Amino acid sequence: MIIHHPLLGPRDAAEFYVLGDAALIDRPDGQAEDAAERFYGYLYLRDNPAGEHRELWYHEQGDRSWLVVTRDTLTHEIKKVELARDVALQKGRGQ
Amino acid sequence: MHFSGFKIIKEALTGHKGWKPTWRTPDPKTEYDIVIVGGGGHGLATAHYLAKVHGITNVAVLEKGWLGSGNIGRNTTIVRSNYLLPGNEPFYEWSMKLWEGLEQDLNYNAMMSQRGILNLCHSDAQRDAFARRGNAMIMAGADAVLLDETGVRDMCPYLDFDNARFPIRGGLLQPRAGTARHDAVAWGYARGADSRGVDIIQICEVTGFQIEKGVCKGVETSRGRIGAKKVAVCVAGSSSRVMEQAGMRLPIESHVLQAFVSEGLKPVLPGVITFGAGHFYISQSDKGGLVFGGDIDGYNTYAQRGNLPVVEDVCEGGMAIMPMIGRARMLRMWGGVMDMSMDGSPFIDKTPIEGLYFNGGWCYGGFKATPASGWCYAHLLATDQPHPVATEYRLDRFRRGRMIDERGAGAQPNLH
Ligand SMILES: Cc1cc2nc3c(=O)[nH]c(=O)nc-3n(C[C@H](O)[C@H](O)[C@H](O)COP(=O)(O)OP(=O)(O)OC[C@H]3O[C@@H](n4cnc5c(N)ncnc54)[C@H](O)[C@@H]3O)c2cc1C
Repeated sequence: MIIHHPLLGPRDAAEFYVLGDAALIDRPDGQAEDAAERFYGYLYLRDNPAGEHRELWYHEQGDRSWLVVTRDTLTHEIKKVELARDVALQKGRGQ
Repeated sequence: MHFSGFKIIKEALTGHKGWKPTWRTPDPKTEYDIVIVGGGGHGLATAHYLAKVHGITNVAVLEKGWLGSGNIGRNTTIVRSNYLLPGNEPFYEWSMKLWEGLEQDLNYNAMMSQRGILNLCHSDAQRDAFARRGNAMIMAGADAVLLDETGVRDMCPYLDFDNARFPIRGGLLQPRAGTARHDAVAWGYARGADSRGVDIIQICEVTGFQIEKGVCKGVETSRGRIGAKKVAVCVAGSSSRVMEQAGMRLPIESHVLQAFVSEGLKPVLPGVITFGAGHFYISQSDKGGLVFGGDIDGYNTYAQRGNLPVVEDVCEGGMAIMPMIGRARMLRMWGGVMDMSMDGSPFIDKTPIEGLYFNGGWCYGGFKATPASGWCYAHLLATDQPHPVATEYRLDRFRRGRMIDERGAGAQPNLH
């Protein structure tokens, strides 16, 4: 698989470490009333869809940025690549 | 139709006209006591033991493709019970014991061959860990022998003992481990279940569940609705897809694992050998091909094929311990979709939906588990109680902090 890195262009997927579902960006609030239950879902449960999947890839052997890659789990086709930083900022997670 | 040496001679003399199909091809009935979703090894074994051990025969196995099209027909056929933890080892040892009597039980040649598994160790710390594992195995009634370097040299003189990075210091041997013919396991269980009246229905995909007020009453399929008092899902790599139809999210990700076979060679490997410093395992099939594999590719996928970096990684692992295979040519490779659970251990449990049961999360180790998984799932379905060797395989164990972390890696998901 070739991942089109937004800054570095096409890179071999072997340069990356893959962490899985990009929902991991949405870390729950540890102070919330139901934090234990939310962390259980966050850590252990997965949608694991057949089809489009947004996932976190880490450019370990490159510029060490985290990417959000939108990829089809049935065909391995990559549809979109974003910097995880941008995605997180859009979600307001930078504050 | 009973298989025996006498039957083979008789058929040879009469032009092989007396062989019959191994199982029937029935149309689905409108209602069963138990509907099993998924005709892989685990589903078929469950059906067999439900009929044979519990006398429950009003059962259907629904398979979306053909029998053996899933992981049961794709694995590297290693059978072993060399686990460490109390939640696991008694279960896998029970499986081992069932393997040892399987062919007599099924009257079917599954080519079970107990040629042993040798896990190599490459450091003092690893040898200590193997000593501990071996002791845990022996305490659970399994067999284990700790070999020093000379012991391994006697068995496998061709290994790269003095490899600069991964010198071989010894190994843990389980002599009763080995390999079995994977397709024959599926066929044997199918025949065992069918002969007792279980309906095996192929090309019948489950597309939904009929759930009324929290009670599962049956399934929707590509061949219409089929009612059931109990529905037992065991669809391996498709677990999340199928259980999503019942509104459940699972602690599972689907990943691809690849396997490789070389050209046929004269006998070179006595049994199964595994690398202790990387992920590589190898055995030799009865036809002579080297059968080997390594790690999963690492990304979520439902495609039954992998990518090239893992091929390179696996071959490097092989070359690190066994340079002699470097000139063997690879003939075939393929992939299967694994149901990777968050702690690497499986589930055999009820679900919060009454009448709906789940078996899955077998990762890349479910072939060896096939007999015990079927046995314990049948026990759960028949008695509504977990079998004593499968009490830890609960769906809510992450919520309760009771992971079965066989690799000793701590409570951290995403380590697969
Ligand atoms: C390359 C590879 C190597 C492996 N090596 C080993 C090994 O050496 N030792 C070991 O112990 N294990 C090994 N495994 C793991 C082992 O093969 C699996 O854990 C085990 O086979 C899974 O159980 P099963 O046989 O029931 O799965 P499967 O055979 O996959 O059965 C599941 C069935 O469910 C069906 N299904 C899915 N969705 C539906 C639906 N909606 N409706 C109806 N049916 C459906 C599928 O078609 C499939 O036939 C390996 C796996 C792979 C891929």
